[in-house]
Amino acid sequence: MSAFPLTRALDRGALIFVALLAVIAIVVPILNLFVPPSSPFHVSTYLVALFGKYICYALLALSIDLIWGYCGILSLGHGAFFALGGYAMGMYLMRQIGGRGVYAHPILPDFMVFLNWTELPFYWYGFQFFPYALLMVVLVPGALAFVFGWFAFRSRVTGVYLSIITQAMTFALMLAFFRNNFGFGGNNGLTDFKDILGFNVQAQGTRAALFAISTVALIVGFLICRVIVTSKLGKVLIAIRDAEARTRFLGYRVESYKLFVFTLSACMAGVAGALYVPQVGIINPSEFSPANSIEAVIWVAVGGRGTLTGAVLGAVVVNYAKTYFTSGFLAPYWLFVLGGLFVAVTLFLPRGIVGTVEYLTARRRERAAAAAANAADNAAPPLGTASRPAE
Amino acid sequence: MLWIMLFGVAGAHAQGIESALAGFTADSFADTDTAVAAVAKAGGPMAIPIIQALQDGRLLFSAEQKRVYVRDRAGTVLDAATGKPAAAPPGDLNPVRVNNRVRRAIDAAMGSLTLLSPDPARRLDAARAVFKSKDANVLATLVAAIQKETVPAVRRALVEAQAAVVLFKPDASEADKLEAVGVMRQRGDQDALALLSSLPEGTPDAVKRAAQDAIATIQGQLAVWAAVQNAWYGLSLGSVLLLAAIGLAITFGVMGVINMAHGEMVMLGAYTTFVVQELIRAHNPALFDYSLLIAIPLAFLVAGLVGILIERGVIRFLYGRPLETLLATWGISLILQQAVRTGFGPTNKDVGNPSWMSGSFEVGYITITYNRLWIIVFTLLIFVLLLALLRFTHLGLEMRAVTQNRAMAASMGIRTARIDALTFGLGSGIAGLAGVALSQIDNVSPNLGQGYIIDSFMVVVFGGVGNLWGTLVGAFTLGIANKFLEPYAGAVLAKIAILVLIILFIQKRPRGLFALKGRAVEA
Repeated sequence: MSAFPLTRALDRGALIFVALLAVIAIVVPILNLFVPPSSPFHVSTYLVALFGKYICYALLALSIDLIWGYCGILSLGHGAFFALGGYAMGMYLMRQIGGRGVYAHPILPDFMVFLNWTELPFYWYGFQFFPYALLMVVLVPGALAFVFGWFAFRSRVTGVYLSIITQAMTFALMLAFFRNNFGFGGNNGLTDFKDILGFNVQAQGTRAALFAISTVALIVGFLICRVIVTSKLGKVLIAIRDAEARTRFLGYRVESYKLFVFTLSACMAGVAGALYVPQVGIINPSEFSPANSIEAVIWVAVGGRGTLTGAVLGAVVVNYAKTYFTSGFLAPYWLFVLGGLFVAVTLFLPRGIVGTVEYLTARRRERAAAAAANAADNAAPPLGTASRPAE
Repeated sequence: MLWIMLFGVAGAHAQGIESALAGFTADSFADTDTAVAAVAKAGGPMAIPIIQALQDGRLLFSAEQKRVYVRDRAGTVLDAATGKPAAAPPGDLNPVRVNNRVRRAIDAAMGSLTLLSPDPARRLDAARAVFKSKDANVLATLVAAIQKETVPAVRRALVEAQAAVVLFKPDASEADKLEAVGVMRQRGDQDALALLSSLPEGTPDAVKRAAQDAIATIQGQLAVWAAVQNAWYGLSLGSVLLLAAIGLAITFGVMGVINMAHGEMVMLGAYTTFVVQELIRAHNPALFDYSLLIAIPLAFLVAGLVGILIERGVIRFLYGRPLETLLATWGISLILQQAVRTGFGPTNKDVGNPSWMSGSFEVGYITITYNRLWIIVFTLLIFVLLLALLRFTHLGLEMRAVTQNRAMAASMGIRTARIDALTFGLGSGIAGLAGVALSQIDNVSPNLGQGYIIDSFMVVVFGGVGNLWGTLVGAFTLGIANKFLEPYAGAVLAKIAILVLIILFIQKRPRGLFALKGRAVEA
């Protein structure tokens, strides 16, 4: 193995993928901002916002692939971490509204004025500062994942039991955030954002910048995941996925490894949520719904779990299909398609798109190598009859 | 002589009513108030109609002629004192106005007037009205009524009314008041509590002390009844959870797969009930009371067949991959939901209760509704039948064998694939039965299943899949715990607390309360 983690992480496939993403991060904003709308190369702001959303979903899918594809932890509640990061960013954006809200209160957000609250609850303190909000975006999902994972992995809750209690966790959070007196906007959520870091959230330039930042975040996330899975740590993770008891008996502290990737994955999901919220302009408790988290898992399954590029591809493909289906006359059939996707992918395409492609290419390569070896064998003279090469 | 006396009495009555009616013509609330009491005191055949007319706004007066009229329900204008139709009613008739104080006087008057009515139900209502109004004027009538009373329930109500009046009468003797406190303590419900807590200023200290004692006793009793009520609600919720979860537990125990489409099986059962009821309503409405009995086997078959289809069509190919099965069944649940939504529409469907499931009865201070009672009975019946199936039938034996050690069971010649299909069908069928029961207490819509799926999971995770008793204990524990937390924390927080408690409980027992032991299980 190469000494430097980054070179080890960037094999040819990964390098191409990162380069592609980097190109997209640069070219799309240029095509949106500097190319006139009449030109065929212009990328409309609608598309920039749409694909920016997909990129955030791709980052979430990446975080799920890390723990599911490489460590075997099927978390059906990762939407909770996504939503928590989103809420942290949402709270910062709400503080930025200041006196421009409907009730024109300089400090309290509109929904608090509406509920007759007189002062800011203590958990809102500090969110007017962007670095603090950024810290919370990573810290809150990470802390929840750490505590939850510590309890779960320590008592060796695995498999379907773990999936069910992650579902329960996100369901409980959804119930809590729907309460109007919980202090996070209740069933309306946080919305009506004006500024982010001084820039108008809805301006074309801001949207393009957010798209670029999201793509960069995706690249960084991808690199982090690649570094992990190509390292020794990654090999242990794969061992845990395939034979947990054996790995434990070999002396590895399985709980610590699981806790590490689970927390890291939650932090990534939080960042994805934080980038998602300014681009869609709202965060509400339905993001916590178990159905959202399960849908995120199918993106990874469609694209190919255990291949990070597959997660990104799956997220974009499935969400594009969803947008296509739900915005036209095919809307009633979307759930049939989604349900069918779940069934078809698990039955017929267990490796996902990228996984199947990799499998087929590997098999073809093997066959070619076997054929070449056969040919070499046939061409070589029988043992013992040819003159020996000089020793 | 007798006739003269009677006429005299009638005349006296008429006299009394006449002078009382004068108060209504003054168009002032205070005068109307006094007039009402006077009419009640005067009595006579017109007293009740006059007061009722006043209540309904049909008592009219003429300011000019100073006469009072009653417009009866047919619209005829009658003279208030005599009750005969007025020959030429004056033109300036206005209704006598009432305010809240007058309304209270009306209630008190009606109470005292009907205390001696020949109908026991009216006497009971009158006694209750006096209990509320505590009108001291009625005391004499009350005493007379108690003497004559023969119906025990009405007598008790009259005695309590008397006690209420005595406690609020400033010049009643201390001994009488102490006796009244005793009566209130015996009554022992919220109204008695409210009354004892609000005794008037001039009450003697001994009476106040007795009242405090009585309050403490009553509160203790009420707390016990409240706990019983919560326990009842908890039992009811637990039985619902048990019904919904037991199919899931069986499937998970035998096959190790979590069926995310389980909620949709429940929904299919509920919709089967709806369809059966619609057909009965359309063709033979007389059979409505039997609709549930018809729906039960049908729901079992429908849900069971769908379950077997799912198992043969999808789950069979995912053997050994429980996480993928979870995802595939989630997809199936989406498809089923959307299919029902497309076929029946997204709105709630109307499923009625048969007559033997409507209504309620009281035990002590708690109300028990028949529908929930029957659901508990139904649940326990299904549970016992399932136990019998697992314990005494050949299929049950094979199912238990496959649950405990699949490989060994296969080696002993059990066709595990067939057992899988039948188990899944059984689990789904029971979910269908749950749907029949739930259709009686919940809205029937395509989203019905989603409301129960998380709870079913929690029951299975908590109770374990080792045996059915685990599911029973798990379901009832969660139901009762939920209902006991609710008064303190509200429904949502109680649910969240239960979820958190389960997550913590799993630390101690990761496989639930009644877990299967052995290496074969640690798959």
